[in-house]
Amino acid sequence: MTDESALEAVPTPKSTRWGVILVWVLVFGLLAVVGLGLIRTQQGNIGVGARVPDFQLTTFDGASVNMADLRGQVVVVNFWASWCIPCEQEAAELEMAHQQLKDQGVVFLGVNYVDTEREALAYLDRFDITYANGPDLGTRISQAFRIRGVPETYIIGRDGRLAQVQIGPYLSLGQIVASVTSSMEE
Amino acid sequence: MHSPSKWFAIVGAALIGLTLMASAPSQPPPPSDDEVNAIAHQMYCPVCENVPLDVCPTEACAQWRATIREKLAEGWSESQIKDYFVEQYGARVLASPPARGLNWLVYILPPATFLAGAYILFRAFRSWGRPAEPQTPAESDSKVDPYVARLEEELRRRS
Amino acid sequence: MLANLGYFSLVLTFVAALYGAGAAAYGALKRKPVFVESARHAMLLTWPLVTLAAVSIIALLVGRHYEVKYVASVTSDAMPTYLKVTALWGGQAGSLVFWSWLMSAFATAAGLRRWDRDRELLPWVIVVTMVTLAFFISLVVFFENPFQRLWQTLDGVQVSALFQPKGTIPLVPTDGQGLNPLLRHPGMVIHPPMLYLGFVSFVIPYAFGIAALAAGRSDDRWIRITRRWTLVAWLFLSLGLILGGRWAYDVLGWGGYWGWDPVEIAAFMPWLTGTAFLHSVMIQEKRGMLKHWNMLLIILTYSLVIFGTFLTRSGVLSSVHAFAQSAIGPMFFGFIGLTFVVSVSLLINRWGELRGENHLDSIFARESLFLLNNLLFMGILIVCFWGVLFPLISELFTGQKVTVGPPFYERATGPLWIGLMLLMGVAPLSAYGASSGRSLGRNLWKLMALSLVVPVALYSFSGVTLIGALIGYWLIGFVIIVTLVEFWRGALARHRRHAESFPLALWRLAVRNRRRYGGYIIHLGVVLMAIGIIGIEMFQTETQGTLARGESLSLGQYTLTYESLTQFDTADGRNVARAVVQVYRNGKYMGSLYPRRDFYYASQQPMTIPGVRSTLEDDFYVLLVGWEPIAQQGTTFKIYHNPGVNFVWMGGLIFIAATLLAAWPTREYESLRQSTAVRPAIARV
Repeated sequence: MTDESALEAVPTPKSTRWGVILVWVLVFGLLAVVGLGLIRTQQGNIGVGARVPDFQLTTFDGASVNMADLRGQVVVVNFWASWCIPCEQEAAELEMAHQQLKDQGVVFLGVNYVDTEREALAYLDRFDITYANGPDLGTRISQAFRIRGVPETYIIGRDGRLAQVQIGPYLSLGQIVASVTSSMEE
Repeated sequence: MHSPSKWFAIVGAALIGLTLMASAPSQPPPPSDDEVNAIAHQMYCPVCENVPLDVCPTEACAQWRATIREKLAEGWSESQIKDYFVEQYGARVLASPPARGLNWLVYILPPATFLAGAYILFRAFRSWGRPAEPQTPAESDSKVDPYVARLEEELRRRS
Repeated sequence: MLANLGYFSLVLTFVAALYGAGAAAYGALKRKPVFVESARHAMLLTWPLVTLAAVSIIALLVGRHYEVKYVASVTSDAMPTYLKVTALWGGQAGSLVFWSWLMSAFATAAGLRRWDRDRELLPWVIVVTMVTLAFFISLVVFFENPFQRLWQTLDGVQVSALFQPKGTIPLVPTDGQGLNPLLRHPGMVIHPPMLYLGFVSFVIPYAFGIAALAAGRSDDRWIRITRRWTLVAWLFLSLGLILGGRWAYDVLGWGGYWGWDPVEIAAFMPWLTGTAFLHSVMIQEKRGMLKHWNMLLIILTYSLVIFGTFLTRSGVLSSVHAFAQSAIGPMFFGFIGLTFVVSVSLLINRWGELRGENHLDSIFARESLFLLNNLLFMGILIVCFWGVLFPLISELFTGQKVTVGPPFYERATGPLWIGLMLLMGVAPLSAYGASSGRSLGRNLWKLMALSLVVPVALYSFSGVTLIGALIGYWLIGFVIIVTLVEFWRGALARHRRHAESFPLALWRLAVRNRRRYGGYIIHLGVVLMAIGIIGIEMFQTETQGTLARGESLSLGQYTLTYESLTQFDTADGRNVARAVVQVYRNGKYMGSLYPRRDFYYASQQPMTIPGVRSTLEDDFYVLLVGWEPIAQQGTTFKIYHNPGVNFVWMGGLIFIAATLLAAWPTREYESLRQSTAVRPAIARV
């Protein structure tokens, strides 16, 4: 694919062979890279049953939340952004679910995806959200979960594995509670 | 006891001093659109792929430009603002990969390959050698068009 | 009914193409010409079949058959008929059918030529073209079927399928979604077909090259047969790229025409190797050299076409241009793998036989300069390829997403473009075979010195100090001078030799040597484009400001005064906000401009159309960035000043016209071709 072997001098067998090897290495290397990229594109978000990557979130209040510390509890991770209109549909319901379930040891975490602090805080204020929310610095957390957009919600079971995924907003409070409850039973 | 002129001088100086103090710290003008765009132009929208931040029409991009404006007003420098965006949204937001770690490969590989190719060609050329005397003038330009052959001869004769 | 008809034509095409490839390969390997002839017939059959499918789709589009999913996704009642026809390539599925239609057309054209002299190449040309056609048809037949209809299950879930699934009822929407508003601009209507024409027609020279390798031939017959194909393919690809740039400038609203977006680069890469190929084959025809290069370049060109199509359509790259991600990615990947491996194997296999018939005698000879030309184009290709691939590599190996943007490409390719411009001026002065540096230098230095007038004048009178611009304009002047001198000398020689008047001599010169002098005019077109490109890239200025009615905004010598803003709905489903601004230059009134913002209700998409005042000298480009409709407090405008940008479009026109000239068959050429065709046939017997 490069011109490196294209203009070999009066070829001695050794240099020709190296040239051929180089060409094949490049061709298969390229195919491998592209193939891996394709697999990754086709992969989609992490699936139910997969081990959830450990991540660290610094909330807007400055507190630090570590996924590793929350092992043994059911964690609801919700990706949102202030510029995301569908996110608004579920915002109030998520807060209500949080109030309802927090005594049962369910942790709600909001991960603010690619947003500005001022608008994010205004959004939280608007829906009176009290559970921990923090920016996804460097988009590391969303990349770990391989999200495709917002809103997406990932419910992590007590064993640290993904129990439920919700792509798009939840349609009702009942739906949220049902999802969380079924994850608790595992 | 004090003469009137001295009294006036003191009051006058005090008045002038007060006026100066009141007017001195006027607000600096807010950063202009152009200043914001100059920085936004060098960055890319973190959400919409491959769209520069200064032309991106979405709401989110408008908010990011507003953030740049805020930071400029607070006195941040261009590199500080860029670093802030990288910290918040990842290296993707910059127009060129920061020259760290694997990213060096981006900058080195094309010139290295070009030089390698030039070197190989040079070696190949050398190994063919050159004939002792120059050959007869290049054969006719085109097998099908005799005019061009005649033309070439004319030109050679005249130049 | 019509949809089923269309679908089955495609299935038949698929079968015919597979049969054609198989029969041709069998006939070649077992030396049974009857199979090869049968394969050729199968190849000829594919075109009417695909045409039937394409016509069906168009009929469905124009006939408002919204029960067909594709029709509903790309047309709507509000669209005019001509746009409905062009919606054939408005979506993934339809554009694949269009691509297949073009491919079978070209294969048929190749199949219909006289093959008497080239019987050993025929089977392999059929194999290559039919395998490619079968691949694209299979994508349509198995994955992206434009004939699928919409059905609704009893639960109210919408599904799409060709035949009615059990437990569903037909679903007929009352209106379609409509074509993406960005695609409704006239430039955008013909940009995809031109690009596809360019991409697809490169399969023919590639097929002939592979056929030559497969048949073990090391001569340039395959090049001479496909010479015109290559030029026409290159013409369409160039035209497609220029139109894309013009569309971006007119409609995308960022004051530029090329963003170094990965999908733009994916279309640009085949152009780079195609241009190198176009030049390099001349050396093989004249001196039997650079054979390895020519094979490599045509393989690269075609491979890059397929690779670029894959990148655009598979979702591997993210870009504003990219189609939505779909299941055809893996299929494409397999096909690319096949193409690379087969082409590279064949080339390596026959490498020794492609040794040049002559040697490079001098580093100053024309052959060497063409070799340098190849190297420079490959250099630019590697920059582009690596820049496109690197974000993927970075993400795979470090998990970090990066953007490789314009600064990288501009800095890396800048010196290479300079080298190419220099070559454009030096090469016409060079000679084949052994030539000393001295004779070249003698001709060269005078013209180079003469062209220094340009940067000196720019520096003294216009105050230009940017070193890149000065070098660029100097080389542009150099190329123009060399090219004009070439014309002058040639015409002078004719004038003296044939006692023709000078203008007639000039005309006959160009017409009788279309390839060479057409090529020179193409170079002139290119440098004119370069004038515009340097102007806009290095001297563009911009400003943005929020104005109340009556207020003004200045940029350099220009002033913009905001007069009024109106908002209204149009009949074709959009809301338009239209501003009226007045333009002054150095205080003098130049005219009014009407930048606007269109919002399409159906697709919820906004479009910013600039108001532009264009002259040869510069463009004054005004965008409506935002407004407060209720408060009517302030409207934000963005102004770009683009010096010289219209040279890009003007140069582009000359470029395309000259390519047509160079490709046009001449009467003399045709008669000579036939006479040379007869002799070898007799000699062989």
